Amino acid sequence: MKRKKPKQTEPRAETVVSRRDFLRGAGVAVSGSILTGEGLLHAAADTPAKVLGPGETKFVLRINGKPHRMNLEPRVTLLDALRDRLDMTGAKRVCDRGTCGACTVMVDGKTVYACSMLAIEAEGRDITTIEGLTPEGKLTPVMQAFVDNDAQQCGFCTPGFVMAMTALVKHNPNPTPAEVDLALSGNLCRCGTYHGQKAAALQAAKSMKRGAEA
Amino acid sequence: MGTTPCKYDWPEASKRKLIGKRISRVDGPAKASGRARYTYDINPPGLLYGKIVRSPYAHVRISSIDTSEAEKLPGVKAVRVIQKTGTEIQWEGDEIVGIAAVSEEIAEDAARKVKIEYAHLPVFVADADLAAAEQAQRTKVTKDDQQGDVEKAFQDPDAVISEGFYGQPVICHCCLEAHGQVTQFSDGPSLKIWQSTQGVSVNPGQYAEVLKIPAASIDLVCEYMGGGFGSKFQVDRWGIECARLSHDAAGEPVKIMLERAAELQVAGIRPSLYGKIRVAASKDGTLTAWQSESWGTGGVGGAGVPPLPYVFNIPNQKVKYTAVSTNTGGARAWRAPNHPQSAVLTMGALDDLAAKLNMDPIDFLTKNMDLAPESLRKYYLDELPIARRLAEWDKYWHPRGQGASGPVKRGLGVSLHTWGGRGHNSTCNVTIHSDGSVEVALGSQDLGVGTRTVIGIVAAESLGLPLEAVTVKLGDSRYPYSGASGGSTTVGGVSSSTRRGSVDAREALFAVVAPGLGVPPDQLEAVDGHVRVKGDPAKSLTWKQACAKLGTKPVQVMGKNPGDCNLTSSGVGGVQIADVSVDTETGIVKMNRMVAVQDCGLVIDLKTAESQVFGAMVMGITYALFEERVVDAQTGKALNANMEAYKLAGIGDIPDLVVHMMTGPGYDERGPVGLAEPPTVSPGAAISNAVANAIGVRVSTIPITPDKVLAALAGPEKGAMA
Repeated sequence: MKRKKPKQTEPRAETVVSRRDFLRGAGVAVSGSILTGEGLLHAAADTPAKVLGPGETKFVLRINGKPHRMNLEPRVTLLDALRDRLDMTGAKRVCDRGTCGACTVMVDGKTVYACSMLAIEAEGRDITTIEGLTPEGKLTPVMQAFVDNDAQQCGFCTPGFVMAMTALVKHNPNPTPAEVDLALSGNLCRCGTYHGQKAAALQAAKSMKRGAEA
Repeated sequence: MGTTPCKYDWPEASKRKLIGKRISRVDGPAKASGRARYTYDINPPGLLYGKIVRSPYAHVRISSIDTSEAEKLPGVKAVRVIQKTGTEIQWEGDEIVGIAAVSEEIAEDAARKVKIEYAHLPVFVADADLAAAEQAQRTKVTKDDQQGDVEKAFQDPDAVISEGFYGQPVICHCCLEAHGQVTQFSDGPSLKIWQSTQGVSVNPGQYAEVLKIPAASIDLVCEYMGGGFGSKFQVDRWGIECARLSHDAAGEPVKIMLERAAELQVAGIRPSLYGKIRVAASKDGTLTAWQSESWGTGGVGGAGVPPLPYVFNIPNQKVKYTAVSTNTGGARAWRAPNHPQSAVLTMGALDDLAAKLNMDPIDFLTKNMDLAPESLRKYYLDELPIARRLAEWDKYWHPRGQGASGPVKRGLGVSLHTWGGRGHNSTCNVTIHSDGSVEVALGSQDLGVGTRTVIGIVAAESLGLPLEAVTVKLGDSRYPYSGASGGSTTVGGVSSSTRRGSVDAREALFAVVAPGLGVPPDQLEAVDGHVRVKGDPAKSLTWKQACAKLGTKPVQVMGKNPGDCNLTSSGVGGVQIADVSVDTETGIVKMNRMVAVQDCGLVIDLKTAESQVFGAMVMGITYALFEERVVDAQTGKALNANMEAYKLAGIGDIPDLVVHMMTGPGYDERGPVGLAEPPTVSPGAAISNAVANAIGVRVSTIPITPDKVLAALAGPEKGAMA
């Protein structure tokens, strides 16, 4: 599969409901026809506009292969749903507005800033968090590469970088240093661990070529 | 370091199995897999979410506060007025009302329902403009000293004089894990606190004093910590209010983590520093005179006095410093307080003088090494040639402005720095269990520098065990006291206490097993997982066999620092060289390479030590090229209290980084000395000097943004050196 943009910060075109619009419009009508693409809100094209919120809404999130019944206000972000409602705290909240990448998860195999997607937007999609990469607690080659190359200090940005790098090596088993920089450009580190991360990406890609699973 | 041998002395290089090797940090897997639980990740049952209503204004008096609508909101469990009506608020973001509710969304709704009226007061934030600050009566001269005969030195007809203006704005710590804590009262006066802090052992006493409960009833935990850099020592007002909200909400746990905007507004800044500098040398390059008038702000309280001139004690000097009070959030220690700013002023001025003298700046610094503190000269003289070689200085350096003819100019710049970093007070419990397992417990904290790993290495080395055999427990105030992590004092402190504790524990074990081996205890050694008779390795027990002899009585001893035999010392030196390319058409500075040659006495873990220096260079590139807190001059409101506009370097901004740690004779015997601060000092100065070398003019202030480069190239009135 050809790698496209390294970071998908907005939902895909057929579900163009930005977090900002939702926060502003919680409780107002949204046109069903805009949202039909993936049946995101179960709104059929020919039904009248559906009102969501401001109260709690029942829906199901499929996270790391398991369904989770949610009952949340539409304004709750995917990140807050994961961290505060499901106690999956691997994804971190740092900038909380789509800049730093600490909250990176995968939705349908693509990296997404979980702070910038509403939980209800993720219904019907396959959500993978860092917890889902290591169901048996064994490190993935990417994680092992972070350890071996000391690509982490305080570690708070690390899960986000691990998700971004995992997406990179899955889609591009032979990244050049420039491609590593591009793929990780949506994530920020304050301790300054980029030197180790560059080395980690190349090590992880090498492990992948030997057949290990990302 | 004593010259007489002592039982605690660090093992000789030839005998070290772990110390000084490249060892992966022991908590690496927990962090890389996302399993590490930070304060932000603590979610006890029944957790309430706290929010602080903050002043949207920089300088006001509170006229009225009405929390009634917020209190009525379903789901709100506690509301507290933090600063009452009539209080003067002196910076944007100051705390006024605290709220705890069953969800973060409801807490935010409640915060919006709090009505506060303000009376506006004059705002002053123009810290770069000393005349304006004086006119506004916001200045205080905190240093005005003179030594030697400055006037005479500058009037010497042989003196070559350079004058310039140099500076840097306020920057923020911008810890990725925001400041904050979870607090929970339970039966009796017991208070559990999970706090993102650099002071696990220190903080319970501070909470106790303010909350008026016994310190003994407080347990403070910080197992993983998402960045502090000097800004997370104290118990903050929001921490105290978090505990009070928990108390008011029937003891339910309350979590308050600062939002990103608040993190950048109120949770710590590094003071600005600007200065007009005159510096003189004789024609042969010997420094003779220094005059500086400098100023800066660290918020309302001003800022500390910077060490000027930095490193070089120039014989004739006149040094004046003025602290400027501004309506902005207060300063907190930021890696190597006042050193990076002083390096920008000093090393920039010296570099400009070297250019005027037509001297190679490395030769110029070397020539004046007699003016550096005697204890540091050797390190600098060792390090400068190494840095010169690693940076390929002789290939790429050229006299100022005499680089390539095209629009992209390459340049190199050098700076040097120092820091104290003596190990702090630390106590630890070292326990050897009868099953052979070993634990070291202490109330220290690992900010990400590798503290856990260092402690494990020292204990394992001292006991002749592999690193995996030692369990390190830290981050809990119930463990023995260890100092706060600041000023690069932790590794020296915890290594020394762990060394003493481990050696004593080893001796206690030897005392138990010696009779069975038929020798006195002092004839035993612990090597490669065995306790054996010195010189007779056949007479040995495995570690497990030896420990089994302890029966029901484990060995448990307390290790301390300071203590017998001096195991740590103070004062390190380092040199950095930056290699940049500057596009004179766009003004964009691109890093080509950066070299750091750093001393920290005895290196315990070479891998994490190098990481510290790599990280320091990244932080330095960030503040040299990108980072700046921008405050609106009229209102005092922060204009970039977010991570889009408060710019941190990304991975693509980072060039080839080269780290060389000084080790071996002359270094190792000093014991471990602090490392986090020193390499953060030089990058701003080295990069600024490299840019000047490339384009032929000085960009007077960092961050060196494209607009400043173009302005400097455009003419002297924009800040270029005459």
